[in-house]
Amino acid sequence: MGEKKLMRGNEAIAEAAIRAGCRNYFAYPITPQAELLQWMAEYMPKQENGTFLQAESEIGAISMVYGAASTGERTMTSSSSPGISLKQEGISYLAGSELPAVIVNIMRGGPGLGNIQPAQGDYFQATKGGGHGDYRLIVLAPSTVPEAAELTFEAFNLADEYRNPVILLADGMIGQMMEPVELPSPVDTSDLPTKPWATTGKDGRDANTIRSFAMGAEALKSINQGLQEKYDNIKEAETRYEEVGVDNPDILLVAFGTVARIARSTRRLAGEQGINLGIFRPITLWPFPGNRLAELSKKVDTVLTVEMNFGQMVEDVRLSVDSDINTPFYGEQGGVVPDPSRILQEVKKYV
Amino acid sequence: MSEEAIAENTAKMKKVFDSPESLNDQHFSYCPGCHHGVINRLIAEAIDELGIQDTTVGTAPVGCSVFLYKWFDIDVIQPAHGRVSAVATGAKRARPDLTVFAYQGDGDFASIGTNNSTHAANRGENITTFFINNTLYGMTGGEMAPTTLIGQKTTTSPHGRSAKDYGYPIKMSEMLAELDGPTYITRQAVYDPKRIDRAKAAIKKAFRIQMEDEGYSLVEFLSACPINWGMDPAEANDRIKKEVEEVYPLGDIIERG
Repeated sequence: MGEKKLMRGNEAIAEAAIRAGCRNYFAYPITPQAELLQWMAEYMPKQENGTFLQAESEIGAISMVYGAASTGERTMTSSSSPGISLKQEGISYLAGSELPAVIVNIMRGGPGLGNIQPAQGDYFQATKGGGHGDYRLIVLAPSTVPEAAELTFEAFNLADEYRNPVILLADGMIGQMMEPVELPSPVDTSDLPTKPWATTGKDGRDANTIRSFAMGAEALKSINQGLQEKYDNIKEAETRYEEVGVDNPDILLVAFGTVARIARSTRRLAGEQGINLGIFRPITLWPFPGNRLAELSKKVDTVLTVEMNFGQMVEDVRLSVDSDINTPFYGEQGGVVPDPSRILQEVKKYV
Repeated sequence: MSEEAIAENTAKMKKVFDSPESLNDQHFSYCPGCHHGVINRLIAEAIDELGIQDTTVGTAPVGCSVFLYKWFDIDVIQPAHGRVSAVATGAKRARPDLTVFAYQGDGDFASIGTNNSTHAANRGENITTFFINNTLYGMTGGEMAPTTLIGQKTTTSPHGRSAKDYGYPIKMSEMLAELDGPTYITRQAVYDPKRIDRAKAAIKKAFRIQMEDEGYSLVEFLSACPINWGMDPAEANDRIKKEVEEVYPLGDIIERG
């Protein structure tokens, strides 16, 4: 690891991407991720072969990602909720063409224009599709600025390994907050894995094609079966989560991102009142760590889900645990961030 | 004639016509009289003659151009409808050493992708665009396009395109020529040998501009779609000459040194 710096989340994500060997970044301005774009504008041109391009639109940006990723180079775009909605066409094409790319969503309030406050309302969009067709994205949800940097770095490795788009799903709080970050050491881009499938000119080999198209029914079915096998492998190997105080909890709280961080304060407050609050934090939202959650849930009567939306991840929680376990939900919306004592009130309803 | 005599005569013959190296050895699936095949061949010949088969990446989206990867023996990216200019931009920016071309129909370039096409041209993106204007949507069943002529009957303008409802045929090449970004914009046709020769020269010029890092080049082709025009191939060629060229005149529109 490299040096420690005080950085805003958006900047830490941008710098971590550069250190991961990302040399192609295309994006369109939107709050609350603008600092990410601005950091890239400043520092990407200083990298050898670094491309920063402010695109004409979100759709333009994700399409440029598609083109650059086709050449096998590490590529990223970033935006916030309404911008990510616009990118869905390109995300579906990236998934269908099996192109590695990293997409950062610094979530804000929705639906529609919503506002620029932090929110977690894009869980469904990121984990259940968003674009058309039968595809999955790897969805990583950091809960601190250092973790945002770490997962950004890791996102490029996962994208390359599985030839799949990866979404870093963080809320506006993580994008805007400043924290000390230990940045990863820069990779030597010449050490990155070679990509024999990329469209780099056919020089000395058979021509390569990047496409999501197959005319025949059986041909397209077979491509989709291949994708499903890949998704199964990802589920098997890449499911990530964090557990706090789950040895003998009175109640289990499930949260991701900023809410999981706040829940740690709630756990301290609860402890002062003699309540052992266990926390389960999915780090990969897809694949969702449902198996581990199911195991843990056997220790408690209640699994409380808390989100900054009106109930999205809670659906995956309810699908994962046995039906005799109580699975209440508490959510905030519109940029309202639940504070530790407010979450404690909810906890106390069930113990 | 004996087999020996045939072999002897064959050995004396000079081969004057062959398939370009940059095309795969198979039949196009284009409709009879369609100009896509001619234009594909001219692009392939230009790639061969410039010696860039190994370093060229084509991008072609949906519709009649979707099988470009089957016809060409070069690396090909198949993007979403309308996004070709942006995808070509991404590929070229990531790998400036490659020669990247965008192959787009009029629905793609002049309707759903106008934003992407316009900004790629305005940035003077160092790519080459081949814009196939056949005045309608060919693959989906002959619907009206922004390029459809006034009065032209299509499956979505069965009473003829009305300027009152749909405005006028969009002149993308002239529009883009107003910008300071593009280096070379020309409009060509391929309905007779003279124009085929000119079109090929334009294709080569457009590629050379990119190879010399001189910026954005666009070759628009007035292309025939006899099936959707309800004409035989000869009538369709005649229509381009008599009607389509009236609205979209042939020739170079800008050339900046």
